[in-house]
Amino acid sequence: MFEGFSRFQKILIPLISVILGLIVGAIIMLVSGFNPIQGYAALLKGSLGESFYIGETVRQITPYIFAGLAVAFAFRTGLFNIGVEGQLLVGWVASVWVGLAFDLPKVIHLPMAILAGALAGALWAFIPGILKARLRVHEVIVTIMMNYIALHFCNYLIRYVISDEQNTTDRVPETASLKSPFFETLTEFSTMHYGIFLALLGVIIYYIVLERTTTGFELRSVGFNQNASEYAGMNVNRNIVLSMLISGAFAGLGGAMEGLGTFGYGFIHGAFSGVGFDGIAVALLGGNVALGIVFAAALFGILKQGALIMPLESGVPTELVEIVIAIIIFFVASSYIIAYLLQRLKKGAK
Amino acid sequence: MSFLTALDILVQSMLLASAPLIFTALGGVFSERSGVVNIGLEGLMVIGAFSAVVFNITFAGSLGDATPWISLLVAMAVGGVFSLIHAVASISFRADHVVSGVAINFLALGLGVYLVKDWYGAGQTPQIPEPIRYTNIPLLYDIPVIGPIFFDNYITSYVAIFVAIIAWYIIFKTPFGLRLRSVGEHPLAADTMGINVYKMRYTAVVISGVLGGLGGGVYALTISQIFSAGTITGQGFIALAAVIFGKWHPLGAMGAAMFFGLAQSLAIIGSSFPLLADVPNWVLLAAPYALTILALAGFIGRADAPKAIGTPYIKGKR
Repeated sequence: MFEGFSRFQKILIPLISVILGLIVGAIIMLVSGFNPIQGYAALLKGSLGESFYIGETVRQITPYIFAGLAVAFAFRTGLFNIGVEGQLLVGWVASVWVGLAFDLPKVIHLPMAILAGALAGALWAFIPGILKARLRVHEVIVTIMMNYIALHFCNYLIRYVISDEQNTTDRVPETASLKSPFFETLTEFSTMHYGIFLALLGVIIYYIVLERTTTGFELRSVGFNQNASEYAGMNVNRNIVLSMLISGAFAGLGGAMEGLGTFGYGFIHGAFSGVGFDGIAVALLGGNVALGIVFAAALFGILKQGALIMPLESGVPTELVEIVIAIIIFFVASSYIIAYLLQRLKKGAK
Repeated sequence: MSFLTALDILVQSMLLASAPLIFTALGGVFSERSGVVNIGLEGLMVIGAFSAVVFNITFAGSLGDATPWISLLVAMAVGGVFSLIHAVASISFRADHVVSGVAINFLALGLGVYLVKDWYGAGQTPQIPEPIRYTNIPLLYDIPVIGPIFFDNYITSYVAIFVAIIAWYIIFKTPFGLRLRSVGEHPLAADTMGINVYKMRYTAVVISGVLGGLGGGVYALTISQIFSAGTITGQGFIALAAVIFGKWHPLGAMGAAMFFGLAQSLAIIGSSFPLLADVPNWVLLAAPYALTILALAGFIGRADAPKAIGTPYIKGKR
């Protein structure tokens, strides 16, 4: 996103976008008769004010990290994966399915369930990947369409295959669960689970694969310039498919976190979970770099978790946060104009 | 069930379900023909549905029978204004069109539900007092057999078909349409010929906002009759699918929208048809999306997008 900007701008633009988003949120609260200071105070209290809320926030951050990594990985290799939401849903269902279908000791069962999530996500992303590589079909539209197919397909699986015409599946057994008694006692029985360690591990893997391996170099190179990479002897098509596979695997892992950790079961979704779409915002805001994604996911986790308490504490509807996130995306996307204004300001100062 | 009754149910539910899709898809055609990707169609529908419902509830008492029609005009106006956000971001601020569209979708849903909670104190509005009602088209309805099947429906469905024909005429038979297409195919060449690329693109995006708002409004006034977070779920994306499936042609988009409308209504009423009872419901629900992928992959005839789609035009840069 921020190619061609200086290092300073790369950090400044997301920061300015967040501040502008919060300001617009404050204005909307003012106009609709709420006190913005009270609103934001409630948001902070509801996300970081008590150990329970902190636990819930961390739990919220976990899938955001994976979703952000998924979008960012594709971004860095020149692809736009809007299908993270769908890949996350199939990952969720697959992990729960494996969790329910087998009776194994935890050391085998849990990794197997998690891997099933990653695999399902990768498989779902393989379709847009192969279509892009072989037939040059634009991945944006295909991934959007795959989201809806995933939604309906997963709902069907949950109702008719995994459960007995129920709206939810059974809970996954202890051997396939990420639930953490340790975190539960630490955070007054929040739903915080071990997934956060996996998410951070994912961030490290993301960094190593992309920045420290030859494959990562090739993938980024294809993202920068397909023709030059082709000329340098790289297999562009193979890299496109590989990139989508890895991106989808991250997304599927995000789903596994929800399926094995947060909820512990699968259920029929009337609409999208939204985590995958928020992943787009997380990746954009984090500038598609590992550390940036962690910060961005933390910010979105805080906003989303705090938003749940806002109506009780200050009367401000939860959706204020959706508006703030939309404004942040808007300004990050319009980074050109921010950079331009920054430049004008600098010149003006001289 | 006799064949005629089945046909009657099918045609009626198809026309009902496809009208909002046709309007919105036509909006998509205008925007994309000018070179601006519009993933934000969903958000435009949301804001259209929201404003139509709120206006309807607020003014039903004083405006009476005229309420639904004025509600639609309001939805169009609000949709047009709302689309300016996308226009400013993607045309003037050189934002990635897809990202800006995603922001529009978030913003519309967030703003709509926020205001509904603030104004009505609940997650959804009450039922609208003045929905659009069934009408028989005079004269045509009197044609035996065909009349009751095809000409007994919401007037908006016929307006949608009429607007599609007008859109075809505008895009392919007027100087404005020629300019619109040239801006989407080769903005630099268009600029050289003295066409104001920015102005054309702004106009196209606002038209898409007006039509998207209308589509959302029609959906709210005929089908959902309330507004909540779950009112528009994927309609805008199906409309986008119809744009592609219809190969960026207004009449093609209309045909695709009707087909998708049929698929949608089959998913709801399909169980009453013996032939379809065995098809799992999800297959029908997912059909529009799967077909779009097949169309893009070239299995159903090649569909080529306008050449300059998705690229910001920067004056003076080659």
